[in-house]
Amino acid sequence: MEPKTSAAVCGMGHSMKRKEDPRFIRGQGRYVDDIKLPGMVHLDIVRSPYAHARITAIRTERALAIPGVLAVITGETLKGFNLHWMPTLMSDTQMVLPVEKVMYQAQEVAAVIATDRYIAADGVDAVEVDYEPLPVVVDPRKALEPGAPVLRTDKPGKADNHIWHWEAGDRQATDQAFAAADVVVKQDMYIPRIHVASIETCGCVADFDRVNGKLTVYMTTQAPHAIRTVFALVAGHVGLSEEKIRIVSPDLGGGFGGKVPVYPGYVIAVAASVVLGKPVKWVEDRMENLQADSFARDYHMTAELAAKRDGTMTALRIKTLADHGYTDAAANPSKFPAGLFSICTGSYDLQHAFTEMDAAYTNKPPGGVAYRCSFRVTEAVHAIERVTDVLALELGMDPAELRFKNFIPPEKFPYKSALGWEYDSGNYPAALQKAMDKIGYAELRREQAEKRQRGELMGIGICSFTEIVGAGPSKDFDILGIKMFDSAEIRIHPTGKAIARFGTKSQGQGHETTYAQIVAEELGIPAEHVQVEEGDTDTAPYGLGTYASRSTPTAGAAGAMAARKIRAKAKKIAAHLLEVSEEDLEWEVGKFFVKGAPQKSKTIQEIAFAAYTNHPPGMEAGLEAVDYYDPPNLTFPFGSYICVVDIDRGTGEVKIRRFLAVDDCGNIINPMIVDGQIHGGLSMGLAPALFEEISYDDNGNISGGSFMDYLVPTAMETPSWETDKTVTPSPHHPLGAKGVGESATVGAPPAIVNAVVDALSHLGVRHIDIPMTPEKVWNILREKGVAE
Amino acid sequence: MAHHDITVKVQGVEHQAKVESRLLLVHFLRETLSLTGTHIGCDTTHCGACTVLLDGQPVKSCTVLAVQADGREVMTVEGLEKGGQLDPIQEGFRQEHGLQCGFCTPGMLMTSYALLQRDADPGEGAIRQAISGNLCRCTGYVNIVKSVQHAAAAMRSTPNPQTPQ
Repeated sequence: MEPKTSAAVCGMGHSMKRKEDPRFIRGQGRYVDDIKLPGMVHLDIVRSPYAHARITAIRTERALAIPGVLAVITGETLKGFNLHWMPTLMSDTQMVLPVEKVMYQAQEVAAVIATDRYIAADGVDAVEVDYEPLPVVVDPRKALEPGAPVLRTDKPGKADNHIWHWEAGDRQATDQAFAAADVVVKQDMYIPRIHVASIETCGCVADFDRVNGKLTVYMTTQAPHAIRTVFALVAGHVGLSEEKIRIVSPDLGGGFGGKVPVYPGYVIAVAASVVLGKPVKWVEDRMENLQADSFARDYHMTAELAAKRDGTMTALRIKTLADHGYTDAAANPSKFPAGLFSICTGSYDLQHAFTEMDAAYTNKPPGGVAYRCSFRVTEAVHAIERVTDVLALELGMDPAELRFKNFIPPEKFPYKSALGWEYDSGNYPAALQKAMDKIGYAELRREQAEKRQRGELMGIGICSFTEIVGAGPSKDFDILGIKMFDSAEIRIHPTGKAIARFGTKSQGQGHETTYAQIVAEELGIPAEHVQVEEGDTDTAPYGLGTYASRSTPTAGAAGAMAARKIRAKAKKIAAHLLEVSEEDLEWEVGKFFVKGAPQKSKTIQEIAFAAYTNHPPGMEAGLEAVDYYDPPNLTFPFGSYICVVDIDRGTGEVKIRRFLAVDDCGNIINPMIVDGQIHGGLSMGLAPALFEEISYDDNGNISGGSFMDYLVPTAMETPSWETDKTVTPSPHHPLGAKGVGESATVGAPPAIVNAVVDALSHLGVRHIDIPMTPEKVWNILREKGVAE
Repeated sequence: MAHHDITVKVQGVEHQAKVESRLLLVHFLRETLSLTGTHIGCDTTHCGACTVLLDGQPVKSCTVLAVQADGREVMTVEGLEKGGQLDPIQEGFRQEHGLQCGFCTPGMLMTSYALLQRDADPGEGAIRQAISGNLCRCTGYVNIVKSVQHAAAAMRSTPNPQTPQ
């Protein structure tokens, strides 16, 4: 799409250089740990070495004797304020600090506040805790067996470790379709625990002003407004009132879902600041971050696909066991305990589908955050894209051909899926065809056949995913009752420059740039003169924050709608200035002109000046608008990815030779930023596919708890990503845009697994669980007798 | 805890301080000197967010003690811009969208700057090798490689007296 605006205005479609970058390339960003307030003290946390244990004593005397240690806070301290437990977003409960027992290794046990971060760490070492170990449950299947130790003894009457059962679809009709199918395939798959590992860890500076009763919290949060309301609701009984709470989310060093939850550390820091009357800084270290912050995934899935002999898919059935750790602290919209897993019918025209899920408590940290995806979409896409390839193998059909045969045809959009979603727009065959043409699919297949003759292991994997992002329409989507709209407030200054504030919060996505471009597109004010602000609840309009690729679908739309409200008022002012009626005016970028007399016009800058100096009688002065945008539907970005791998028979190492991503996120605001988002998403798809996993031994000891063994890919392991696009606008978004930040994280893992399985399929391999480490792959090669 | 008097030159300016033996260089820079451009992303020398130059060599300042920098020269991200003029590596990252959240960026810039001091025309492999001690979660590295190449090209076309050609 050609940009409608000039390079000087820099509206949609321009690869504008980012407005954020001048500060970041100079080291002048302002992240939480950069904030230093007068009198500020430091908090550090004592953590449990046990995964499940009763606390019999906490002795703080030695810690308190250290010069510079100001206080030690325990669960008993917080119990005095009834703040030792807090609610989770999924209406479960989570300990802030324990008074009775710990439920996972690295759980917070006590907090030390000291004048300096080194002394606080000394204090942590000096706190003595006596534990009485209890039986540990790490496997969710064992957790649900009769006779398993019941973990949540705090819940009266709770007699097992089952959290909830959820299902979607028509079980009976799906069972009938399976019974009538020519072919049925079934595949177990496990998507292990992983961690977002944003390069900045989590932390806060809590600053309670005793004189004014105002609490300011500088905090690594993706959703500052929601956090403010949660704080007001949870701590209202100790006198925190919402108008006296200010949450500031400064520059964030990545988020990816890990900065959505309220972690105990934040709450303890707030309590400490209130108690001490000093600003308290808490910044976790990397090991705390990996070991205690919210995890992602941990789904044990069994996917079944039914089809006719010719490859027409007829029904899908998926049964999942979700490991939630000791509490359900997933970050989902409240009515969706399994997130948006019901997108699992994917890109295919499936008439019948049924999916059910059970969730279990185990002795692991809580979580269930997204890891750069929209509420469990990654798990759903993994299931459908993997089982599709299993079906292709069963039928002896090329996986591309099987996909073309089953794609929802472009003419069927908007498309109602078997599990109830209305897909807004899509052209799946076009994206896959483009990917195949660009990568030279037929030639790659020929090469693979030749190599196979020579015993070389080469594989080609396809993933044609559909995402569901931009939560969401208020009829279904809320968090603790707060509807998932988002907001924009735009003010035009007398000289025609603008400030625009939003309810979302960038963590690297470049909102200061893309939102400015949206305002530029709608009003013709150069993007460089649109100042974008987010993250301060005292100034920004209320919004639900940034996660699940919702910023452009919700707040971006609100920006366009607010700009259009401004344009409507600007038209009245222009009519007044030009002494014509509104009906006689037409808009082109940046000005209104009189129909048939284009020389008679008023620019937006002239109109803005008049709004303060010469506004029409009876009209309010000023030029500003607010919009709270309630999206009519979600957006459904999609794409087709092709991955080519070579496998080393000596080491089992998977080498990604090429990876091409063809994405469709509707109309694009900033092509440079979209490409960057896809590169990053691909890398966060690569990571769990080949490297990352957090696992536990039978005693609940974590492995993968530091960067020593939690393998975030470096530039050496990461291939040189290739990208391309198709453009199928969203019919309901005011700009025709869809979310994009997470598509690639969702689409990449199945493409990589499908490529590796494809390389080994002639040996009888149908599936490999991620991460496909060299050891795992080499063991398969050895078992099949082809390891060198 | 023993204390030591140290003198460290940072961006060419001498700083004297009394520091604890255990004080890390990264905390000396961030907290004693308020140079917060150098970030902390891990504590185990893996992520490279804290990379600075010590006597011209990139080091991870989370595993260097402040006392080890005594009598030596440190350069941080704040020292790249000279006389209001961005260093070509900074300009490269901006032009090629080599950063997103900005948190790994200072370390990436310092590592890349050091690479370009010793190699005026690094290929993709050499760049990837050089930055393999710096983790980035946002960019997928593709545009970081381009950023470094952009800077290298700019430096070759406008010889800078500080850069050996």
